Amino acid sequence: MTNKINVNEMKLTPKDFKSDQDVRWCPGCGDYSILAQVQRVFPTLGIEKENFVWVSGIGCSSRFPYYMDTYGFHSIHGRAPAIATGLKIAHPELSVWVATGDGDLMSIGGNHFIHACRKNIDMKMLLFNNEIYGLTKGQYSPTSERGKITKSSPYGSIDYPFNPTSLALGSNATFVARAMDRDPKHLQKMIERAGKHKGMAFLEIYQNCVIFNDKAFDELTEKETKAETTIYLEHDKPMIFGKERDKGIILEGFEPKVVSLKDGKYTEDDIIKHNETDESPVRAFILSHMTDDPNLPTPFGVFRQVLKETYNEALENQITTVTEKLGKGDLESLLFSGNTWEVKG
Amino acid sequence: MENEKTTPVESLDTVTVMFAGDSGDGMQLTGTQFSNTTASLGNDLNTLPDYPAEIRAPIGTIYGVSGFQLKFSSTDIHTPGDSPDVLVAMNPAALKKYLPTIKKGAAIVVNTDSFKAKDLKLAVLDSNPLEDGSLNGYKVYEVPITTLTKEALKDCEISAKDVVRSKNFFALGMMYWMFSRPMEPTIKWLDQKFKNKPEIAKANKKALKAGYYYGDTTEIFTTRYEVQPAKLPAGTYRSISGNEATAIGFVAASVQSGHQLYLGSYPITPASDILHYLTKYKNFGVKTFQAEDEIAGIASAIGAAFGGSLAITTTSGPGLALKTEAAGLAVMTELPIVIVNVQRGGPSTGLPTKTEQADLLQAMYGRNGESPVAVLAASTPSDCFYMAMEASRIAMKFMVPVILLTDGYIANGTEPWRVPHESELPKFNHELETNPEGFQPYSRDENLSRPWATPGTPGLEHRIGGLEKANITGNVSYEPENHDLMCKIRQEKIEKIALDISDVVVDGEEEGELLVVGWGGTSGTLTEAVTRARQDGFKVSRIHLKYINPFPKNLGDVLSKFDKILVPEINLGQLSKILRSTYIVDTIQFNKMRGLPFKINDVKEKIEEILGGSND
Repeated sequence: MTNKINVNEMKLTPKDFKSDQDVRWCPGCGDYSILAQVQRVFPTLGIEKENFVWVSGIGCSSRFPYYMDTYGFHSIHGRAPAIATGLKIAHPELSVWVATGDGDLMSIGGNHFIHACRKNIDMKMLLFNNEIYGLTKGQYSPTSERGKITKSSPYGSIDYPFNPTSLALGSNATFVARAMDRDPKHLQKMIERAGKHKGMAFLEIYQNCVIFNDKAFDELTEKETKAETTIYLEHDKPMIFGKERDKGIILEGFEPKVVSLKDGKYTEDDIIKHNETDESPVRAFILSHMTDDPNLPTPFGVFRQVLKETYNEALENQITTVTEKLGKGDLESLLFSGNTWEVKG
Repeated sequence: MENEKTTPVESLDTVTVMFAGDSGDGMQLTGTQFSNTTASLGNDLNTLPDYPAEIRAPIGTIYGVSGFQLKFSSTDIHTPGDSPDVLVAMNPAALKKYLPTIKKGAAIVVNTDSFKAKDLKLAVLDSNPLEDGSLNGYKVYEVPITTLTKEALKDCEISAKDVVRSKNFFALGMMYWMFSRPMEPTIKWLDQKFKNKPEIAKANKKALKAGYYYGDTTEIFTTRYEVQPAKLPAGTYRSISGNEATAIGFVAASVQSGHQLYLGSYPITPASDILHYLTKYKNFGVKTFQAEDEIAGIASAIGAAFGGSLAITTTSGPGLALKTEAAGLAVMTELPIVIVNVQRGGPSTGLPTKTEQADLLQAMYGRNGESPVAVLAASTPSDCFYMAMEASRIAMKFMVPVILLTDGYIANGTEPWRVPHESELPKFNHELETNPEGFQPYSRDENLSRPWATPGTPGLEHRIGGLEKANITGNVSYEPENHDLMCKIRQEKIEKIALDISDVVVDGEEEGELLVVGWGGTSGTLTEAVTRARQDGFKVSRIHLKYINPFPKNLGDVLSKFDKILVPEINLGQLSKILRSTYIVDTIQFNKMRGLPFKINDVKEKIEEILGGSND
């Protein structure tokens, strides 16, 4: 199975994807990095420029299409996945991308999100997760940690947050990954892999909001801490992390646990080997929840990638099969179908 | 079949029959079969299914009663009739529900097997209407339908339950005999329908014939009726419901315009049938998407329209409310979509299976900001076909969203339709933009329509969205003068449609004392009410509006030629309100919201009341 994308020799450069609009995010916003990495990766995907479309909803991240010189649709709050769905169904040869935020996708657009995942609509979805409502000036979001003090939660929020990768896995997305704005090389790789995936590709990107939630991900991005707080998932490789690469993850029943590789009790062979393509989503689901445990490192990379028939392929196949069976539709016969009778003048 | 002619045959112009029973009694099927057979005999006809919102309401109760009314005639008719001449009541609840609606002296056929104490109790009847005199003055035919069916099918190898379920075919057989209809169309249909269950087909055919012969051989029915074929214009006819006509109309629009048809829809009564029909037409390249909710239905249609499809979404009142914000996005992005609203009783969940016209103001004004859309309304079941095409044509030519209003009555009701040939249908197309030279996403043609530039076209990469756009360039703009200009352009675009649609035609004198103004699904009733008032000597004219935004350009002139304007609507006066504010004319309202079409007589009486109760 291949993507229905023309892989012609093209000499596109990042510049070809820069629109003439001034970028208006706040100085220092993590969105700049995401934009730059997308513009770097797009020329390498082998897709004609006119076949890229960005669809977004509402929020800071949703301004993204204006800054890309591709087709773009800045729509209404939460509905980007639904608009992208219709576009992709109507026009399956397009490479359809969604730029969205944690309010847009996890709150108002939650229903469209889970159903786009469930149906395996062939679209690429980039979630700019800054754990705050930025454009409305700083309310807690569905991914904000519990107890967060914001304008709409002066005594601390009492909501439990969503874990977006878990939600995507639970909804059967066929590609689920995580990256962060401050690790551009890794982010590029994840964008590239999402772009090449056939089916629903969900990429969560931790993105810093300098104004309303600054330093939310510092522990994961700062030099002093990141080696101990993050772990990079690589297919078929043991889950090892740490400055000295001396720690690994083992599974005790369903519980992931950090063990030391230094004291001789555990060797590399005891450490979980990451398998992206595991038929069962269970292991990926366990890994996605490591984020919620302060004693475990936060995973980045591809949690899961499986290939199954996309909604779009299935629909096109059904149209072909039915057309083969019934013959190409003929309006005259449709008009005169059913029980007809003649009235003579 | 030879008739023994023992029973006198009375020739009638028009008959209205009501088949009524429990939801599980198969009355909709019986009614549909009777309609199809009757249509094939060349009678004009009109039907009104009346079924409960509950799928399986408690058996035997009033809530569970399902009725199917049809009127057939040797002349041109427009409604399913006010009061049935014949009621077939399969149980006491059905009798209780419809007795008040039938003509005095009407014929009533009852299934006596279901008039036991338990049945009476379920129908909340203190005494048996067959015995307590409440049917005095009616021609009552008491037939033990269940017993007779069981007897007829005693050799059939089907379950006892299936035997009892065949009783509706016994009833249908009796009616075929009573109204001199042939059994062959139903026999053919049964063979086709149950080709994989030949025992069921056999049992139902047996029951049908048993019912027919029961009428033929017993002396119970004193009269047989005959209704001669109507004098309809020559042509090939089929019986069509509004929902099927709507579906086929969009397929025709797709073929005639060369744009792939896309439907994004969420199931909702009474609109779901349009989705059911369209999803079958995959060999026409029709793409249907059963969305996760109403919003995704329209949002996906907007995405498909961006991609160059003829994109539609179908719904009913509460669904239209949910689509509101996205409809505004289609206005702002100037994309062609058609939203079909099969209106039902509201507000809220309201009366899901009943008809109403109360979403007109919602269609006109139910969005934030200055957000004009074209609003069209189909007038009869077959008119849905033409209005679906017309809505598609307007949407694509003017790059605007169009709301097409139908209603539960015309959506589920059927009428004979003289089928047009493909060659008689208009062709229309709004060509997709392909030329990058000087391309601007919000440039304007003579209709103020912007180019339809779709992803996949080299050199036309551009961005659209819900933020206000600068005219011509389509860039985001917060400029005060630009917003003022764009609000006016969007309005003017809709107004320009008036130059592209036909003028309204007056039925009757072009000036006078009284003009009846109707819109949408009341066309049949109003036509008959006006015709009858004229037969009684009253001078009254009539127009029927199918274009509401914009109105036909001659409407103001037409209205100004009459002293009085009567606007009957199945709402509290929504068209009235718009006419008054648009033309500064006074209107007389006539409003009834019973979940049913108007009664012809009610409208006729109103006409007579206005004209002074005299025909001088």
